[in-house]
Amino acid sequence: MRAIILLVFAASLTMASFNASAASKARLDHADTDIMDTVSLQNGAKLFMNYCSGCHAISFMRYNRIGKDLGLSDDLVKKNLMFAGNKTGEAITTSMPEDAAASWFGGVPPDLSLVARSKGTDWIYTYLRSFYDDESRAFGVNNTVLVNASMPDALWSLREAQSEAEFDNSVRDITNFLDYVGEPAKLIRLRLGKWVLLFLGVLFVLTYLLKKEYWKDVKYGIWRSRD
Amino acid sequence: MKKNQSWIDQRFPLSKVWNEHLAEYYTPRNFNFWYFFGGLAILMLGMQLLTGIFLTMHYKPDSAQAFASVEYIMRDVEWGWLMRYLHSTGASAFFVVIYLHMYRALLYGSYKGPRELLWILGMVLYIALMAEAFFGYVLPWGQMSFWGAQVIISLFGSVPVIGPDLLVWLLGDYAVGDAALNRFFSLHVIALPLILVVLVFLHLVALHHVGSNNPDGIEIKENKDKDGIPKDGIPFHPYFTIKDSMVVVGFLWILCAVIFYAPALNGYFLEHANFVEANPLKTPEHIAPLWYLTPFYSVLRAIPPLFGSQFPGVLAMGAALLIFFALPWLDRSPVKSIRYRSPIYKWALGAFVISFIMLGWLGVQPVTPLNALLARIFTALYFAFFILMPWYTSIGKTKEVPTRVTE
Repeated sequence: MRAIILLVFAASLTMASFNASAASKARLDHADTDIMDTVSLQNGAKLFMNYCSGCHAISFMRYNRIGKDLGLSDDLVKKNLMFAGNKTGEAITTSMPEDAAASWFGGVPPDLSLVARSKGTDWIYTYLRSFYDDESRAFGVNNTVLVNASMPDALWSLREAQSEAEFDNSVRDITNFLDYVGEPAKLIRLRLGKWVLLFLGVLFVLTYLLKKEYWKDVKYGIWRSRD
Repeated sequence: MKKNQSWIDQRFPLSKVWNEHLAEYYTPRNFNFWYFFGGLAILMLGMQLLTGIFLTMHYKPDSAQAFASVEYIMRDVEWGWLMRYLHSTGASAFFVVIYLHMYRALLYGSYKGPRELLWILGMVLYIALMAEAFFGYVLPWGQMSFWGAQVIISLFGSVPVIGPDLLVWLLGDYAVGDAALNRFFSLHVIALPLILVVLVFLHLVALHHVGSNNPDGIEIKENKDKDGIPKDGIPFHPYFTIKDSMVVVGFLWILCAVIFYAPALNGYFLEHANFVEANPLKTPEHIAPLWYLTPFYSVLRAIPPLFGSQFPGVLAMGAALLIFFALPWLDRSPVKSIRYRSPIYKWALGAFVISFIMLGWLGVQPVTPLNALLARIFTALYFAFFILMPWYTSIGKTKEVPTRVTE
């Protein structure tokens, strides 16, 4: 019996380690984002709306939801984040016409609502920092993470203006923002989780004590005399 | 109170049912950890039904709207994200519970007489649950929903002669699309839940008729006191209702830890690729079903095609499932519980558990020559557990079984 449990345990351990090694194909840097860091999210939102939203929609997201979650008033959202829509309750789409996009980039730039969930934050963080000069490509740049990416190096002006550490931080904030956009409920569940677990933990202790009290009868073989 | 009770009892057997199934249903007092999971399976069924009702209120079974409607639930519906995670993570938790519940039957020989029908009803339940989970996974209409459905449904197309027609009949179209999504939705929210509830009821009727097995694998009904009450039995209520309440709270703690801190469990409970909307023109580089179906998916892939047909693999996969039904008749051992079985059975069970887990792991991996070889070895081991069972359960020295349960 013990041997079986041990064997199963050992098998599941090897499984876990195999999986960790199989997951990484291109070497990705760790994004190290913190979704509870509101300042980082605000900066990420600003950078995203300025540098990315011209081409990329995040159409499952609404302007006022960002405002609410990131502590920004409707006025601030309108002034700093809204360049395309005109009502704060609208979804964040892009004003770029699809056929124009297709002729400029060879395809419509993807909606980024869920990119953090499908690709992961490490991928976004590394991808945005992995452009290099390549004259053979249409925009003069290529990417080591997504080879022959059809996207230009949209952050080049930011890279020129900032030190390497500052630029990494900017990209980290954009990544953090996209992680939030991928799952706004993450903010709620992370805040709520500890209280739920605390409540259930206390309830478990109470039910355990109750069980112990009832099972005394079984332990001493007196349950029959109860009734 | 008493007056009301007798008024009801004259018209409905309330007290009788209460006593027969709870207050005077005698349960072995030596239940251990492995006996938590039957009750938890009922909890999970209830939770899936309840959260499913709320999800159905907001979900759109339309290939143009399904994906967005799930994101709408995750973002715009009040507490929609919680309902969705309870349901999606709950599905995986349901299978964890079911697999442990089935493993318990293997440990203590709970499928052996007089519990053969109980076991068979349980196996039918398991297969119905896999179908329910498969249809449910198609509904979010992500890449894995679509391509997973494509792979599984195409298996029916490999049936000789009638395959292609069968495929069109099942899909209502020539490809997986809106028609298939609609009928899968119908099966997921009406047909299979009804079947599951009825089967659970029958499973419980059979259980309460024969009585529970226990970690010693002895029949407590063979040892009764002068009042006809099993000496090693205790009333289900209040002892196990109280104990199971504690178990439920402990289980919910673990479930909530996953739901609040890692609801997708790094792609195991919600695959990364399923956050990309279904695209019939873009095949993902790697298609894998969710973890609870992968042992059988591995068996399917382990069998090489014959004359260009996948049908032998499909047959093997079916056999891997159906062979469980024969378990009560394959086991020739005079004892039920692993506590008194011969060492050779313990080795056989250990090898089976390892091959089941390895097949499950291989099922989420891409096919490489090494993986294909491993899948074949573990498929052979998997079947050997059943096919050799009449032999290895009839040899080897078993220990003497006590007449009363041990602590």
